[in-house]
This record gives sequence, structure tokens and C-alpha cells, in this order.
Amino acid sequence: MKMKPLWALPLLYSASALSQERSLNLTQGVTEISRDVYDLHMTIFYICCVIGVVVFGLMFYSMIRHRKSSGREPAKFHENVKVEILWTLIPFLILVGMAIPATITLIDMEDTSDADVTIQVTGSQWKWHYKYFDREVSFFSRLATQQEQISNKFDKSENYLREVDNPLVLPTGQKVRFLVTSDDVIHSWWVPAFAVKKDANPGFINEAWTRIDEPGIYRGQCAELCGKDHGFMPIVVIAKTPEDYAKWIDETEAEQIAERERQQELLDMEMSMDELMAMGEKIYNSTCAACHQPNGQGIPGTFPALAGSAVATESDKLDQHIDVVVNGVQGTAMQAFAQQLTMQELAAVVTYERNAWGNDTGEMVQAADINAAMNE
Amino acid sequence: MSTVVDDHNHEAHHDHKPSGITRWLFTTNHKDIGSMYLWFSLIMFFVGGAMAMVIRAELFQPGLQLVEPQFFNQMTTVHGLVMIFGAVMPAFTGLANWMVPMMIGAPDMALPRMNNWSFWILPFAFVILLSSLFMEGGGPDFGWTFYAPLSTTYSNDSTALFVFAVHIMGISSIMGAINVIVTIINMRAPGMTYMKMPLFVWTWLITAFLLIAVMPVLAGAVTMVLTDKYFGTSFFDAAGGGDPVMFQHIFWFFGHPEVYIMILPSFGIISAIIPTFSRKKLFGYSSMVYATGSIAILSFLVWAHHMFTTGMPVFAELFFMYFTMLIAVPTGVKVFNWVATMWRGAITFEVPMLFALAFVILFTIGGFSGVMLAMTPVDFQYHDTYFVVAHFHYVLVTGAIFSIMAASYYWLPKWTGHMYDTTLARLHFWTSLISVNLLFFPMHFAGLAGMPRRIPDYAVQFADINQITSIGGFAFGLSQLLFLWVVIKCARGGEKAAAKPWEGAEGLEWTVPSPAPYHTFETPPKVE
Repeated sequence: MKMKPLWALPLLYSASALSQERSLNLTQGVTEISRDVYDLHMTIFYICCVIGVVVFGLMFYSMIRHRKSSGREPAKFHENVKVEILWTLIPFLILVGMAIPATITLIDMEDTSDADVTIQVTGSQWKWHYKYFDREVSFFSRLATQQEQISNKFDKSENYLREVDNPLVLPTGQKVRFLVTSDDVIHSWWVPAFAVKKDANPGFINEAWTRIDEPGIYRGQCAELCGKDHGFMPIVVIAKTPEDYAKWIDETEAEQIAERERQQELLDMEMSMDELMAMGEKIYNSTCAACHQPNGQGIPGTFPALAGSAVATESDKLDQHIDVVVNGVQGTAMQAFAQQLTMQELAAVVTYERNAWGNDTGEMVQAADINAAMNE
Repeated sequence: MSTVVDDHNHEAHHDHKPSGITRWLFTTNHKDIGSMYLWFSLIMFFVGGAMAMVIRAELFQPGLQLVEPQFFNQMTTVHGLVMIFGAVMPAFTGLANWMVPMMIGAPDMALPRMNNWSFWILPFAFVILLSSLFMEGGGPDFGWTFYAPLSTTYSNDSTALFVFAVHIMGISSIMGAINVIVTIINMRAPGMTYMKMPLFVWTWLITAFLLIAVMPVLAGAVTMVLTDKYFGTSFFDAAGGGDPVMFQHIFWFFGHPEVYIMILPSFGIISAIIPTFSRKKLFGYSSMVYATGSIAILSFLVWAHHMFTTGMPVFAELFFMYFTMLIAVPTGVKVFNWVATMWRGAITFEVPMLFALAFVILFTIGGFSGVMLAMTPVDFQYHDTYFVVAHFHYVLVTGAIFSIMAASYYWLPKWTGHMYDTTLARLHFWTSLISVNLLFFPMHFAGLAGMPRRIPDYAVQFADINQITSIGGFAFGLSQLLFLWVVIKCARGGEKAAAKPWEGAEGLEWTVPSPAPYHTFETPPKVE
């Protein structure tokens, strides 16, 4: 402990040069629970410091005063029941003292009853999906940082790796309940400012809740190793006042309903090869390339190649190709994209996969074909 | 404490051993096997360390510079497996092989042929594990904790090799543990009652029982992963009626006792070294034995504190929180005992003592963060962040590995017959001490500020902390080359070591000459 300031020095120095956001300590957060958690954290930290100063202080005193080079003879004492009972009992009582507030906070944290808003949070490799209960609003939330920033071709933005295309929007002052689950492996939904971290387990639903005090933007990340892009599935929450939130949810709901109707109308529209390829390339790069790679070669031994593969080149395997993309493959990392992409997008991406990277089948797939496959 | 009636001088004349490679392949001698375990563990320490260097190099700056995320995950996974099963555990088994028979006055381990086998299957296990890195698709990349379904449905083709390698490591550990138990129970010299055994023997006896209890659980877990992946079972797949969280319960039922397997022998080592260099008896021998026993029993009741965020009922969370906090009591007893042992002693600071003192302080810091992590509501914030990484590296590197270094310096004169180069050894200590803290202390801050573990790239606000950490990492890695140098130099020559090179040392191992003859205690010593 005495040595700690030595190596803490450069840290303290750099800390003062950093902006306020670059904290070295746990956040106090913006909920009652997160402040309770912060208080518990600081209390136990100070208790540890005091114990550390006492124990290490005695140790260093002994190391300095009880050296052989100071010409001492060693004492002979050992075992002392009184002392031994004391140093068992005192830590025990300190721990009991800590366990009481921890228990109270924990029971609070696990009480998900009487929620005003319920959101289903679904993790999948490597994005989050949010669904507002009782409203027709749901969307995926993906990393918005450009690939070029990750590969160091562009400068890194302020919120590098902590920005998404569609943030979760929540009301302040209301009890929000999260139902957390997963489509594939285990993920963990974590927003430090709410002190909420809950694992997303495939096939099971976990509950958590928060009540946010202040409007603002709060950022977090997936906290459970979930494969290759575990480091690239952030969480962004925008907390709005109840009035602003009501406005937002009404607008978004209307937009989403209108969009679904538009998709139905578009079903009969034929797209040209160029249109399909252009849209397909865009969707492929944002949705499929993380595993199958931009060049369609996949990652040998983990993610199969599409370039030159039977299913993407042989005419009689077209139905199978559509089925794989729409419904996924049970027991593998291949997800079902029926809910993630529109029928047009699905048609475009299948077309792209059958014509890119030398797969030149010349075959086109239209939204109507996807619709037919889905209704089989 | 003990005297030896036997005269060892005649022994040097009849230590028949084959020469060349066959000596090492076919040996049943506990000292040879102990040396092989220790060398193997040192090699694995550098292999695992090299992987840590890759990790720290990639994390030196934000952005992806050197490796792909998938390879990064393979590095974190295999680094963990190699360090735990290849470096720390074999090092302790090697120390047990060398020292347990000499400490209890036995001529050898009880089951010498099994001893040979339990060592010689280990290199094969690690060849299998490491070779999987060169397979198409790479090696295991699901973390050393191999949570399902990431390790089953979603893992790459090398998973079968991983499972097979872990099975072999498990078999090796179980055989080693059986050997230690049988040796300690049956082969103690006359008069060496249980409560006279050195604490290293006691802690290893308890560790060996833990190993026998939990290694089969690990074997069960990897077998279920194997059948889930390849044979269509659904232990961990909800679609077939299984539960992915059950995997974590099974894994941590192994995993938590496992962390004590990696620290209890350290307690034994430190309890030998601190009294020696304080020239004073261990303050509370029997309370140390009872504390070790309590820690071992409690270790079976706390596994789910690794899983607070998986969504357990409140009652279970409270149960595991209380029992986890309780472990601080016997652990505290140990630390207080060491400090009380030093109190009013006549302390000198030879290199084993330096490592032991660093152990007490830094392991205790790891213990503090352990108590913080035990508190469920706060653990929700700490869990799966760099705060956890800092915590377990403090207990495993400055804990387990520092104690192994301390043990090496303490017994090197006995093993080689030479004193180590003190200047180099001191340099090794001080560079290690400074760099290891530069490496792991800032990780606490990264974790508190919100950096998750096992990510190959991070947000810009973590850049400074990671840079300091990486510099510490490279320095710590390089410092260990000094250790290799000291050990090789000491094995090849140096100042002759006396039978008892440390003034305050006690125990039967110091009654035989240095280097210890090939066969010791063929006639049991009499312990009074």
C-alpha cells in the first residue's frame, strides 16, 4: 500500500489531463440504484484501504524495525488464543456490516414488479434488438462506427465503438422493465449508468429494471464473450422526458406501420439486376460480411465460403439458398434473417450472393419469390 | 524439530540411473519427475506469456493493428488454459514431487510408475492443444471458461482437440493428486504425525483432495460440450430441453475449487519461507491448518458468485454472496498469521523472502478486490470487466506465480547444490515487482471506467490506461527471461550450497546434503 502512490502517479497525472468523461472510478450513474451501488463500492473500497493501511503498516514497521541487521534476537512467542479469536471476529463483524446494505440494495434491484414500460432486449451475433411491448415498435441496433476507423484508415471519432445506428429510447422517471434474451450465444446487456448488467441467455428470459432520473445519452457494451465481434456490439440509450418519449414512440410507431404497408405494396414490383446487385451488396456488407467476409471466402473451419459454393451457384439449389437465408440453419451460427431484413432486401442479398465473386449464375430473385418461400 | 539418525554419505555410491534420454523417459524417481514438471511448467509459462504479449500488443492502441478479433479470442483462451493447466498446476505438482517426500522423510512418492505416467501425458495434452491453433479455423476461441453454446453450436472444428487435451490434463492432475495423498498418508517417517507436517505438505494434501473432487466435474463438462457439439445431445441447448446456464453451474463447481487448488500450495510455501527468514516459528500452526481446511470446504459453496448476472433467484444470490464474503475470514487469518510471524523476529531479505513479502501484500490486494467482487449489487458493475481481470491476475500472478518463484529461489540450492546469483535474482525480483504492478494495477481503473474484458479493441477513453498496462506487460515478460537465466546459471554452477543454506530454516529437507542425493531417506529418519 505504501508503494501504491509510486505507480499511481502517472495515472493521476494523466487523469487530470483527461476530460471529465474519462473517469478512473465507477460511475455514479443516473438512477437511485446506481447511486446505491456506487455508495456500496466506495464504502467497501474505503474499508479495504483502512484494513490495508493497518496490516501493511504493521508489516512495514516489522520489516524496518525487526531486521536482523539492527542486531536483534528473534522473540520466541507463538499462538495466542485471544489474538486469534479477535482477528477472526473483527473481520467477520465488518463483513456482516457490509452484507446488510448489500442485501437491501440487491432486493431492490431484483424487484421488477409494477413496470410502466416493458422492453424486450434480444442479443444476437453481433447486434441488439429492441421490442417495445404494447406498441408496434421494434428495431435492430448495430455498431455505427465505420470499419475504416477500426482498421485505422480514418481518425477515430469521439464515441468510437460506442455508437449505434438505432439507439434505444427510454422515458425518464418511469420504471422500465427489460426482458433480456438471446437468439444464439450468451450476451450480456450492460449500461453502467443504470447499474444494469443482465445476461442474455438463449431460450430463457431474464428480467431487470431501471428508472432513469435525467435525460441524456448513456452508453454501454456487451459484457459476455459472444464470439468474434464481441467487442463491437455497443449499447446506446437515449433517455427522454415522458413528453418527448411519448412523441417519439408515437411517431416511430406510425413510421414503422407505414413502412410495413409499403413493403406489402412493393411485393409485386420487379427489380432489375443492377438494382438488386446494388442493394444486395450494401446489405451483404452490413449484415453478412462479418462472418462470410466481404470477398465471400468465409473463414475456413468456422464460417463457410459462399464464393463457388454449391448452394450459391447451382440452379436446383436456389430454393435451399433462399431457405438458409430466410430461416437460418438450426445448430449453426447461421441466423434466420426473415425478421431482420425486408423481403426486397432478402431478395437482393440472395441475388448478390449468386452473382458476385465469380458466382455469375445470372439468376435473379424477387421479393415475391421470398414471400412465396416464407408462406410455404 | 527433527533430527536424522541416518548417515547419507554412503548413498552417493549406489544411485544407479540410466543415462541420456532414457533416464528421463523411464524415470520413477520423484526428484527427476519433479524437475521435469518444473521445467515443463517454465516452458509453458513462456508459451502462455508469449500469448499475453500478443494480447497486450494488440491492446496497446485502440483500433485493430496486429491480429484479427478471432485470433485475439484464441490468444485469450489459450493463454488462460496454458497458464492454468500448463504453468501453475504443473509447477505445484513439480514442487510436491520434489519436496513432499523429502519433507515427510519418505524415500520416494508412493506410486512411482504412475508418477512417471502422470507427467509424460502432459506434454501430449499441450501439443494437442497448441497444435489446434494451426488448424483451419484456428484453436479454441471461446474463452478458457468455454461457456456453451459458444463452445458447442458456435465453436470451430478444433473443439474436439480442446476437449481431448483437457481430458488428458485432468487425468494427469488426478493421478498426481492420488499420488500425493497416498504418499502423505502412508509414507510419513516415524514420529511425523499429521500435526507435525510442514504446512506445504498440509496444504498440498488438502489441494489433492480438491483436485480429486473437481477434476472429474471438469471432465464431465467438457464431455457434455463434446456430445452437444458432435453427437446431437442438448445438455446446454434450450431447444432440446437443456440450459446454457447449467453449463456455468457445472463449470464453476469445478472452477471455484480450482482457484484454491492454485493458491493453497502457495500458502504452504509462504508459511515455510516467512518463518525461515524471520527466524521465528510460524505464529499459529494449527490455526493455519484449520484455515486451509475451512477455505477448502467453503470453496464448494461459492461457485455461483461467478454467475451473479446470469439471472439467479434473489435467495441464491444472497446465499452465494454471504458464503463468498465469509471466505475473507480464514484468508485474513492467514495474512494476520504471517504478519504476526514477522513481528519481533530477526528479519533478513534474501530473494525468497522478498518474493514472499511481495506475495503477502499483493495477494492481499487481490483479496480486497475479491471482497468487493463478492458483493452482488456491486458485482453487477464489476462483472466481466477489467476489474475482474485485475483481481484474478493479482491472486494468480502476484499470488500463485510469485509464490512459485519464492519456492524456486528457496529450494534451488537444495535442488542444484549451488547458490543462485544473488545480484541477478534481486534484479529479477525488483523488475518483476515494478512491472507486474504497472501491468495489473491500472486494469482496476479500466474496469471501473467500464471496459469489458475479452475485447480486441476498445473505446478511446481507455487508451491511456491500456498503454500503461501494455508497457508493464512487456516489461514483466522480459523480466522473466532473467529468471530463466538465473535458474540455468544456478543449475550449471555457482557457489556451493550447504545442506542448510538458510540460517533459520527448519525441516527434514535441510538434513540431507545439497544437492539432494538421487535417493534420500531410504532408511526413514526419526522425527521427535
